[in-house]
Amino acid sequence: MIAHSIFFYTFSIIAIVSAIMVTASKNTVHSVFFLILDFISISCLFIMIGAEFLGMIMLIVYVGAVAVLFLFVVMMLNVAQQKNQWFSSEESSKHIPVGLIISTLIFVELIIVVGGWKYKPDLFDINNSIEINNVSNTHSLGQVLYTDYIHIFQISGMILLVAMIGAIVLTFRKRVGVKTQSYIKQISRERSDGVSVVKVESNKGVRIDD
Amino acid sequence: MEYLSILFDQVYKILFLLVPVLVSVAMVVWLDRRVWAFVQKRQGPNVVGPFGLLQTIADALKYIFKEIIIPSSSNKVIFILAPIVTMTLALIAWAVIPFSATQVLADINVGILYLFAVSSLGVYGIIMGGWASNSKYPFLGAIRSAAQMVSYEVSIGVIIINVLLCVGSLNLNDIVIAQQNLWFVIPLFPMFVIFFISALAETNRPPFDLPEAEAELVAGYQTEYSGMMYAMFWLGEYANILLMCAMGAILFLGGWLSPLEIYPFTLVPGPLWLVLKILLLFLLFALVKAIVPRYRYDQLMKLGWKVFLPLSLIWVVLTASYLFYFNLLPVN
Repeated sequence: MIAHSIFFYTFSIIAIVSAIMVTASKNTVHSVFFLILDFISISCLFIMIGAEFLGMIMLIVYVGAVAVLFLFVVMMLNVAQQKNQWFSSEESSKHIPVGLIISTLIFVELIIVVGGWKYKPDLFDINNSIEINNVSNTHSLGQVLYTDYIHIFQISGMILLVAMIGAIVLTFRKRVGVKTQSYIKQISRERSDGVSVVKVESNKGVRIDD
Repeated sequence: MEYLSILFDQVYKILFLLVPVLVSVAMVVWLDRRVWAFVQKRQGPNVVGPFGLLQTIADALKYIFKEIIIPSSSNKVIFILAPIVTMTLALIAWAVIPFSATQVLADINVGILYLFAVSSLGVYGIIMGGWASNSKYPFLGAIRSAAQMVSYEVSIGVIIINVLLCVGSLNLNDIVIAQQNLWFVIPLFPMFVIFFISALAETNRPPFDLPEAEAELVAGYQTEYSGMMYAMFWLGEYANILLMCAMGAILFLGGWLSPLEIYPFTLVPGPLWLVLKILLLFLLFALVKAIVPRYRYDQLMKLGWKVFLPLSLIWVVLTASYLFYFNLLPVN
């Protein structure tokens, strides 16, 4: 039990400190690395409460994919330089009130959600929960998502699909004059398409492209 | 006191796993070079020790005694952290590999997800190294590898889903036991081929070694590294290759199961079968390196997104419909 709490406090301290460092560090790339550290320690906490599936999915989705794309973007943009220009100019003061309003709104919303939180009445009844926990938590998650709430799950999938298509449509542009490789064209090319025997008259020559 | 004894027990088990892994990484580097030389009608390393077996150890000694150079304009903390991350991630994944029904360090419920998560974290070693070097070639190599590894992970994930549909469990031992009658390489053969090719891309092996394509990027993300730090990248890479081979052996070749449950095969213990299967897959890796020329980068991305991903997604639908129609879906 002591070992358990030692691990718990270690991971939570790392999580909180790295969360603070995400906003406090001056280098944006460092911020992303601290964000990754935060994700990893949160997933460790998930695993400690027995939600190993959630912890692993957190690692795979957030650390393995989302944070890589974050890093990608942050490394490509010259954020540090832009930030310096930003803070030295007059413009920054106009945006501070907007940011403050949005962040207070989110904070108030969070408080409302946490205040209205109700636990399932039989959650703390240990005898009850053991009976349910006969199956592993991956199975029970699958049961909830794919059997009990299948329609809601499918609708959320649809919403994500729409978002994906929207992002592709918004960023897609057809470039003209680009020579792209087409395997079918290359493979289906015959001798008759490329080579032809021409009788050249003397002193006339031959036009190659017409 | 009791806690301490558990701790010592675990440390002993971990060392018993890690030391053979590290030794076999060294041996496998030798094997790789020998196969490569054999294909090109050369001798390969054959001087140090019997058959040149100690060549890697000689190389490692040389690396250890060389000076570690940290570029003055680099980001020092991340620069030093990068090879450590690569090496650590390559080694911690071995914790869940089952060598027999009982010989497994951590027999966790979500073993395959753990393997997948750790292999998807592997990209960080390369990105950190490439960015922290603060130099052009390493950075280009890092960007390339980030895009490449993220793309090929997607198809590996879908292939894993194929296997999981047939097993009904995320536990690696359950996956092995589900193959008692028929290895998954037979019904899921196209998926095995795609897994093998994606594993090549995931570990940055030729023909997909674009992050370190020496002809265009010097050595990619490793350009600024020297001495022991370079050696750690190098060993971590080979440990990762062995890990992907182990993953392939467990998912498709029946892990520690013997090919036939009859007399001469049953004499060989389970761990040895797993090692043999890993070696077989590694031999394929080495042969591919020697035979196939490097891909162009746009072809590589096209192959990942436009060929492998749709193919493996269609195969998921096919597998699921087949299992559902013939009522073969695993139920626990």
